[in-house]
Amino acid sequence: MVQILEFEREIFALETQIHDLVSLSNMYDSVGDITDEITKLKKKLRRMKHDVYSNLKGWDKTLVARHPDRPHMLDYIKNIFSDFYELHGDRHGGYGPSIVAGLAKFGDQSVMVVGHQKGREMEEKIARNFGMSQPSGYRKALRLMRMAEKFSMPVITFIDTPGAYPGVDAEEKGQSEAIATNMFSMIQMRVPIICVVIGEGGSGGALAIGVGDRILMLEHSVYSVISPEGCASILWEDKNKTGQAADALCLTANHLLKFEVIDQIVREPLGGAHRNHKQAAIRLKKALRTNLAELREIRPDELVRLREEKFRKMGEVVEASA
Amino acid sequence: MSWLDKIIGKKPTKDEDLWVSCKKCKEQIYVSELEDNLKVCPKCEYHFRLDARQRIQMLIDPESFIEHDQNLTSPDPLKFKDTKKYKERMRATIKKNQTNDAIIAGSGVMEGISVELAVFDFSFMGGSMGSVVGEKITRSIERAIENHVPIIIVSCSGGARMQEGIFSLMQMAKTSSALQKLSEKKIPYISILTDPTMGGVSASFSMLGDIILAEPGALIGFAGPRVIEQTIKQKLPKGFQRAEFQLEHGLIDDVVHRKDMKSTLVRLLNMLQNTPQEEPKEEEKIPKLTNPPEVLGA
Ligand SMILES: [Zn+2]
Repeated sequence: MVQILEFEREIFALETQIHDLVSLSNMYDSVGDITDEITKLKKKLRRMKHDVYSNLKGWDKTLVARHPDRPHMLDYIKNIFSDFYELHGDRHGGYGPSIVAGLAKFGDQSVMVVGHQKGREMEEKIARNFGMSQPSGYRKALRLMRMAEKFSMPVITFIDTPGAYPGVDAEEKGQSEAIATNMFSMIQMRVPIICVVIGEGGSGGALAIGVGDRILMLEHSVYSVISPEGCASILWEDKNKTGQAADALCLTANHLLKFEVIDQIVREPLGGAHRNHKQAAIRLKKALRTNLAELREIRPDELVRLREEKFRKMGEVVEASA
Repeated sequence: MSWLDKIIGKKPTKDEDLWVSCKKCKEQIYVSELEDNLKVCPKCEYHFRLDARQRIQMLIDPESFIEHDQNLTSPDPLKFKDTKKYKERMRATIKKNQTNDAIIAGSGVMEGISVELAVFDFSFMGGSMGSVVGEKITRSIERAIENHVPIIIVSCSGGARMQEGIFSLMQMAKTSSALQKLSEKKIPYISILTDPTMGGVSASFSMLGDIILAEPGALIGFAGPRVIEQTIKQKLPKGFQRAEFQLEHGLIDDVVHRKDMKSTLVRLLNMLQNTPQEEPKEEEKIPKLTNPPEVLGA
């Protein structure tokens, strides 16, 4: 069952129409030659998809970013890397199932891959806690990023989380400390780090694996300090004002590129990554290859210096006249 | 207000101006008595929220505080508007507060020890962290590195400032990164958590202190209690996320009463700084013995 988003309705209607016409012409010769008609409609469909998807507002993007069919971290791993070997545990009593990490081959190079995994079917979603990590997930991520540093391997992180898990046990085990320590440590790692927001970049839970040399965002992913729902219920005191909140938060890839918070937008297949997992992965793979090649040319000291400089510049302040 | 008060501009002396009710034990306390007691309830030790200027006065030797970066303000990069424009909200707050954002930063002396100090001002939009707060903290850290003096940050914040969106989030990374450099230079950083220290503030520089101290009863955590209750659909245990809870769970070093805070800081800083910065030179390593060896053991 394909889930149809509100703004996709027209697209789906047209797709159904084309599909019907095609089967009609296949079934009955009496229909005559309607190839031209079909070609015309297909052209119209492409244009419609293009128009709709290049003008998505914040809330629509949020819905695409959370689309149940959207490729997850493990889908990208399957299509981008060879020989992925998952490693487990934070070595301090935690398993951390919301984050997947392990060794992989990218071309002929070994890399460490780390990312949130939301889960596809209900059973996996529950097991993964919907991609909302406990401190153990972040600590596992850090342990393995340190291992990558030890063996001079680049780190690639995939960000896709509603946020860090808000629960009693998470607090008891130091959710804040885990997130803070990851940022504190990632800034000085002497290996290239590329972070990619593939779906939802949910606040501190995203940033905990989001400090790197290059920050990439998929075209229809979002990255925000708070969810539109959370923002709406706090500032508008009305949780239905998600549209306004999403616009106000400027959480789209276009905004973030303009703000120089991210370095690059990776285009998705027409109609969104959920329409074509393979194509989405191929495009991302290409972007990763280029960025990795550039970063490998930089000496570790310089890498760290540039990364520090990059994050030092984040923020907008002005000096008011006293 | 009587006609006479109106003419001479005297403030109304209603009961609530003279008395305040303790939030914890409900005791009626004289405002002046509360002020004299560092805003701690004399009966139950409940710590009322202290404003930033009072905090600085409490920690820093008189006349020694030099404020920095007080004119930094947010240019409102998102042109944020909810039911009201962020710019207007800020303007009103700045006028009311006499500060340009939610933190005061400066250099000062604590019983002879030079320190950098940054103190959150909760009355400015809930002490929320946007670009200005992040920048002032980062500059404080950089000054500490430059002058080779310890830094103390007193947190009091609901978390990141939504109205500055992604820029607020990035302040977590910026401040944490700056602390990495400080740490490499082996300069002490003491983080003081006061009620409340939540969200993006707790999940960045606040939790990265070499030593983390908290005031009694302070609410400290990543997610707010209401959010957690909504998520787990259960009532939270008593004392959850309070300073004492954090201590029990190994997340902070100590809970320190407000009246002991300054002396504790001085004591700790003295110990942290009483270590040789570098290996002593060869000739300094061997103590010159002016007394006969047997006297040394006495
Ligand atoms: Zn009391």
